[in-house]
Amino acid sequence: MWDYTDKVKDYFFNPVNAGVLEHANAVGEVGAISCGDALKLMMRVNPETEVIEAAKFQTFGCGSAIASSSALTEIVLGKTLEEALRISNQDIADFLGGLPPEKMHCSVMGYEALQAAVADYRGVEWRDDHEEGALVCKCFGVDEGMIERAVRANKLTTPEQITHYTKAGGGCLTCFEGIEAVLARVNEEMVTEGLISFDEAYRIGAMDARTMKQKTRPQGAKTPNVEPKPIIALADLERAAAGTIVLERPVEAPPAPAPTAPRLTTIQKIKLIEETLESIRPYLKLDGGDCELIDVDGNNVVVKLSGACVGCQQASLTVNGVQEKLIAATGLPLRVIPVK
Amino acid sequence: MTTPVYLDNNATTRCDEAVVEAMLPFFTEQFGNPSSMHAFGARVGGAVKAARVQLQSLLGAEFDHEIVFTAGGTESDNMAILSALEIDPNRDEIIASAVEHPAVLSLCGHLEKTRGIKVHVIPVDGQGLLDIAAYRAALSEKTAIVSIMWANNETGTIFPVAELAELAKEVGALFHTDAVQAVGKVPIDLKSTAIDMLSLSGHKLHGPKGIGALYVRRGTRFRSLIKGGHQERGRRAGTENTPGIVGLGKAAELAALHMDDEKTRVASLRDRLEKGLLQRIPNSFVTGNPAERLPNTSNIAFEYVEGEGILLLMNREGIAASSGSACTSGSLEPSHVLRAMNIPYTAAHGAIRFSFSRDNTDADVDRVLEVMPGIIEKLRALSPFWQGADKAPATFNPVYA
Repeated sequence: MWDYTDKVKDYFFNPVNAGVLEHANAVGEVGAISCGDALKLMMRVNPETEVIEAAKFQTFGCGSAIASSSALTEIVLGKTLEEALRISNQDIADFLGGLPPEKMHCSVMGYEALQAAVADYRGVEWRDDHEEGALVCKCFGVDEGMIERAVRANKLTTPEQITHYTKAGGGCLTCFEGIEAVLARVNEEMVTEGLISFDEAYRIGAMDARTMKQKTRPQGAKTPNVEPKPIIALADLERAAAGTIVLERPVEAPPAPAPTAPRLTTIQKIKLIEETLESIRPYLKLDGGDCELIDVDGNNVVVKLSGACVGCQQASLTVNGVQEKLIAATGLPLRVIPVK
Repeated sequence: MTTPVYLDNNATTRCDEAVVEAMLPFFTEQFGNPSSMHAFGARVGGAVKAARVQLQSLLGAEFDHEIVFTAGGTESDNMAILSALEIDPNRDEIIASAVEHPAVLSLCGHLEKTRGIKVHVIPVDGQGLLDIAAYRAALSEKTAIVSIMWANNETGTIFPVAELAELAKEVGALFHTDAVQAVGKVPIDLKSTAIDMLSLSGHKLHGPKGIGALYVRRGTRFRSLIKGGHQERGRRAGTENTPGIVGLGKAAELAALHMDDEKTRVASLRDRLEKGLLQRIPNSFVTGNPAERLPNTSNIAFEYVEGEGILLLMNREGIAASSGSACTSGSLEPSHVLRAMNIPYTAAHGAIRFSFSRDNTDADVDRVLEVMPGIIEKLRALSPFWQGADKAPATFNPVYA
């Protein structure tokens, strides 16, 4: 059975805002019964203030679909339409304490229903050429469609590039042959279409998977780590495909300034550690986690990992990553000790 | 908390205490290797032989040496099909039904992709019955092997394997049946059929997991899958899983003893549950073929709700069953069996399989009848498709498919 968080279970067993909303003026219907998912989001928007004053849902779907829908109605309540449009599917998943990678599409459905409902209110038609395809990378929840788009938009020709753009293959790498297959297929199509040359195209077996590196910010199975805001990212990819923007996504945190290793007072040291942690935090948050400084004792830095980092199989990698950054920033042989 | 109700016996069964008891000595004092010359080995060899006879008896096989012990149903299926393809290079086609277990279908897909083997997938109708005309048409001098299950794991529908085997024989093709769900539940008498190979699995008949067998009719040309020592007369190398084999033998003996109970008491439990659910819950129907069906299996589709939600709510009540819904499988693929039967999506997603065993009681049925209506009602109240009993579904046209 799926490893649902307590919050997902709670929102499934006791869903809030379920049912039909009378006098709804913003209705979004997404999903399809053939996929086993369908969501009808009904909202009442105050025409003066554009504040969402009521929200209800009806969902045909699995436990996490119902939980995501219910969570969505709670999240949007009291928000203005502008604020609501900024809600990503990751926000819905985060609200629920995470979803299994295979179930991230439930949060995507919530995101889409919201977009559709706002479009309905504004009297515009909303369309999404959403497609999922088979889930290729389970560690990071990356599906075939996402890899294909990344390959096409950025003319990717190696599995490593795919890991850099989509994270797929950055974890256990059992999906390597799956990544290879998608890459080879799409590259072959691109050669036919004249987008890349025959020599550039990737061929299966061209790369030794053992040389592929693990990414330093991966997540365990418990903490779904899909590309943050995949919908936005996909839109970017599509725009990139249309040649309007060039996609640049830093894979790692920007390198910290080289330490000059001055003699620090304890206060200065703690301050510097705090500042460094602050700079890393956005990256941890992208993966649904956080890191809080508890104590500094000599060269021992005691931190508390929270959110998605807790129980993550690869939390130790996160700790190592944090430690590296702190050492680089302070020039001190610091040791990061995580506590519960 | 009330006593848990386990109605997922097609997934796996509880290992019988008598089976465990029979196995235990073979971990410790009876640890010998049956291939050894000394007394330690000889005693264990005798136990393996006894288990073979127990299984021979349950299957109605002519000889005990027709039983080859394996690690389970999947291995047996793979062995049978791969062996058949090695025998005659001129026969390079496989025939299988559309509702076979993945142990057969995914192997066939792999062979098609990697070896260019032609696979004929025979469709089924709305009740899950095989299209016999399509089957006849697919049979030819090119057919290496036919693999059609004895009974379907999801719906319990029984296939006329004896007749299908006769047809295969006419073109000289081997006939294999995946009988993992049938062995121990329905009487089998292989010596009176033309079936060449049959797969079974220990844990589906109150035996241990990790043990199974492939029946290979005497005289059937056979090529081993696992190469190594001479065990199982060179048909399956590797030191025998002696505790497992002894356990499977005991399980086979017990299954034969309980066969009547299965046909009568277990079947009536199943029927009472099925009838009760259909009476209490509108917009629900039985999938598969009620006339020719395993006595323990009932697959009921509840329209406009999704299976995972049902299972989660059932689980909270301590009731275990399984679903044909997409969301309950790791692959997110809806059940290929229900899709092959053209069950509408609105119903296929809400299909629940209840599978009984001799361990189940009347109280189990009462409990399920008590809680199921509330569960379905709760989920239907959430469903955008549900408009009330016997009313057409809500017009609901979501964006994208």
